[in-house]
Amino acid sequence: MSDEPVIRFDDVSKVYSLPGGDVVALDHVTLTVEPGEFVAVMGPSGSGKSTLLNLMGCLDVPTSGRIFINGEEISRMSDDVLTRLRRNHIGFIFQQFNLIPLLSALENVEFPVVLTERRGESRERAIRVLRSMDLEEELFSHKPSELSGGQQQRVAIARALVNEPELLLCDEPTGNLDTKTGTAIMDLLRLENGEGKTIVMVTHDPKVAEYAHRHIRIVDGRLV
Amino acid sequence: MTDGYRTILASLAVRNLRRHAVRSSLATVGIVIGVIAVASLGIMGSSLSALFGGLVSDVSDTVLVTPHLAASSGDPFDPRNTLASRLSERDVAEIEKAVGQNRVIPMIRASERVTVGDTGGYTQVYVLPAEDIPFLLEKEAGLYPQTTSSGVMVGALLADEFDLHPGSRIEVGGENVRVVGIAAERGMGIDINPDYAVIVTEAWYAGRHDEQGYSQVVVKVGDLDEVGEVKAAIEQQLNRREEEVDVLDSREILEIYYETSDAISVFLIGIGAVSLFVASVSILNVMIISVTERTREIGLMRSIGAEKREVMVMFLYESLILGIAGSVVGGLVSVVVGYYVTASVAGFLTGFVAADGGTAILSPAAIGYIVFGVLFGIAASVIAGLYPAWKAAQQSPIEALRYE
Repeated sequence: MSDEPVIRFDDVSKVYSLPGGDVVALDHVTLTVEPGEFVAVMGPSGSGKSTLLNLMGCLDVPTSGRIFINGEEISRMSDDVLTRLRRNHIGFIFQQFNLIPLLSALENVEFPVVLTERRGESRERAIRVLRSMDLEEELFSHKPSELSGGQQQRVAIARALVNEPELLLCDEPTGNLDTKTGTAIMDLLRLENGEGKTIVMVTHDPKVAEYAHRHIRIVDGRLV
Repeated sequence: MTDGYRTILASLAVRNLRRHAVRSSLATVGIVIGVIAVASLGIMGSSLSALFGGLVSDVSDTVLVTPHLAASSGDPFDPRNTLASRLSERDVAEIEKAVGQNRVIPMIRASERVTVGDTGGYTQVYVLPAEDIPFLLEKEAGLYPQTTSSGVMVGALLADEFDLHPGSRIEVGGENVRVVGIAAERGMGIDINPDYAVIVTEAWYAGRHDEQGYSQVVVKVGDLDEVGEVKAAIEQQLNRREEEVDVLDSREILEIYYETSDAISVFLIGIGAVSLFVASVSILNVMIISVTERTREIGLMRSIGAEKREVMVMFLYESLILGIAGSVVGGLVSVVVGYYVTASVAGFLTGFVAADGGTAILSPAAIGYIVFGVLFGIAASVIAGLYPAWKAAQQSPIEALRYE
């Protein structure tokens, strides 16, 4: 598996059919992401960054072209297979944190484990991962609304990591955080990358992009 | 599926319902009312059936012969029957010939003004041969009227109402007579309804009126298996040339009762079902609101690995919990409501069944209706939750995540 790129886009296009006419979000994109890479995707808004990330995250399938995740072609996979691929191999980190408001910090981290393994030890694993995020233990039982932005993003990263995915996809992970907190979060991500996780991160902040080893610029759906 | 998996989806459902406690409890109230309606209307229907059944079963040995009416519907309670021509002595003799050993009781139904003290009114009067009275009626107190005396018998409820005892005096048709006996309470029957009536002997009546013939003839069949034969024999004897009499046995009358009470039951349950339908629409509404509000959350769950099925299960849990909560409360309340409905229906129709109201609530039929109502309520909630849950599961994770 290590020879195989984590992500391979082969002449991928994505076209959205809207009432006002077709919108080409990705225009014949070909790229690969190798294991252990830290890639920053940059570009102006509307350039197709989010579409690229959604396709990498198996949330969407391309209009044409082929996408391989860990060597497996996703465009013909059923929804359930895509879902299992997401929860076992891909971790998502969002700008809005996107924790489940009804669950405590710990339960949020536990949620993907419960869905995957359905075993009693999910709690222990969630605690272990959450501890490694430098979050005070008394906050574990707090609801997301009782946490600061930085704390919420730590919980979100723990949730993304808990199923030990090979690939982390981050959409503006520091977009809603102040500089200091943002730096702390980026340090966490760099640490994970150092331990071998492949990271693809969308950002428009050049400082944040400096953490990445490789930069991909995208304008009007094409790589430049 | 392990416990942990089910627990987290169920506890999410519970927490979401609690987050919107007012909305959830209002939706539950709808189910509560629906279940009460189905269960208590069902109980009411079944207690009506039980009443009818009780009325008719004790006269299952009865064949009723009435003068034929071109317009007759065959229903002995059809008011047109009272306008009928009479059955003559000769008809009675022919019936007697036809039925052999079985007892033939000719009777006249009349109406007389009855006065007790200052109050008076028209009352049904049954005119029976003195020797036949003990066969039709049980006595509660006193004696049966005799051909040789001018004493009359009164029905139990009439006696209660005017505080009559053997020895009391009442006026019947302007004549002061002595009450010699009180007939035991009997309820409505197909042959005779004595509870509010005055029962007099044929001799007494004939001495004061010159009417000829009888209103109806009751044949008491000794062996229940012979009812059909007795009927056929009477038909054969009297209706050979032209339709002179209508012959009904209690089974036919029972069928009329059951058809009526079945129709009432279906109608009542229909009303209950409509209210449950309304309740499930309100659950549908609450669930659609819940799905719309949580669009973003659904998108998130889907993106971090919840399958469509799991999202669906989570929302179905919500409507299932609403349904179970509402139906159980509704079931408990309908035990109480059903009890009073049964008791009051019984009390309303016939006094004597009122004492059975307590046992009616424990009857298998009543419990069956409550269980039916509860299950119906749960099913209605889950069915109402299907569409919103399906809709939630079908949302595209990207669209849902973008939703504000």
